[in-house]
Amino acid sequence: MRKNNIRRRAFAAAFPNTIPIFASFWFLGLAYGIYMNTSGFSFWYPAIMSLTIFGGSLEFVAVSMLLSPFAPVTALLLSLMMQARHLFYGIAMLDKYKNLGWKKYYLIFGLCDETFSINCTANIPEGVDRGWFYFFVTLLNHAYWFTGATIGGIAGTFLSFDTKGLGFVMTSMFVVIFIEQWFKEKKHITAFIGIGAAIVCRLIFGEAGFMVPTMISILLMITLLRKPIERSGGYL
Amino acid sequence: MMTLSQQIIIILMCVCGTMATRFLPFIIFSDKRPTPKYVCYLGKVLPAAIFGMLIIYCVKNVNLFSQSHGIPEATGIAVTALVHILKRKMLLSIAAGTICYMFLVQYVF
Repeated sequence: MRKNNIRRRAFAAAFPNTIPIFASFWFLGLAYGIYMNTSGFSFWYPAIMSLTIFGGSLEFVAVSMLLSPFAPVTALLLSLMMQARHLFYGIAMLDKYKNLGWKKYYLIFGLCDETFSINCTANIPEGVDRGWFYFFVTLLNHAYWFTGATIGGIAGTFLSFDTKGLGFVMTSMFVVIFIEQWFKEKKHITAFIGIGAAIVCRLIFGEAGFMVPTMISILLMITLLRKPIERSGGYL
Repeated sequence: MMTLSQQIIIILMCVCGTMATRFLPFIIFSDKRPTPKYVCYLGKVLPAAIFGMLIIYCVKNVNLFSQSHGIPEATGIAVTALVHILKRKMLLSIAAGTICYMFLVQYVF
């Protein structure tokens, strides 16, 4: 069976690359599942949401959206804004994901931050099928996230320790990503725009309706300040 | 509390929003057409702004003038940031900040 051989070799090459993701996805996935459980949702919610959305930060935010008044347009706009960075992962992977047949659709579906960072940078050994390598990296990450979230959702019921405040995992995660981003920048104009716009809009519009005005003002300022930002090399 | 169908709609919105952003580039730039410069620009500058915005989104319920005055949140963020700047290990920073915050809200405030 030559085909089996190709798959086995690709899996063996892909798996070691995903070990760090396994650790972080189980930690965050468990926390997410427990967070959903303690927010009053059955384990079906984290199970289904981790399978279908497969985007960690948005799934945490979705918990608070599910607990807030029904606002589908805000949910869609917020998802688009939060996930907008995926547009650029896609642009970066256009070439690499070319001509991969049916696998391509699953690869695009599963193009989260972590999968992107591995598949974009990994040196695939010679003799290993590219398509299957990308496929297994995506599948393994998807599986880690799904199992972590589901187990957290189930185990949350039996947890004896007080989980009050566990939702802060999300805040911490964004702080870490923000700092990582900060180190990559020469100047921090856009970081200040994001924080500043959010604080000002929160003060003006209150906690219920400040996100859409925040997103619009960020886009506006980034567009209006394009020249100075580009001149100062305020990014990268 | 939302009804089940309302919850399903919210989850579907999240799926649609996510999948739109993942699939769109592959749908638009299927050929060798060059990517518009403005789109490239947005891709480079948006992440920093968005993660700044999301930190504020996470602490949107904080009221500086009542309850705990946002002290647990400020401390949790500071601990996360400090540990991360010193060690640059994502999981360690997240664990430290979260445990610190949980301790404060459970035992102090």
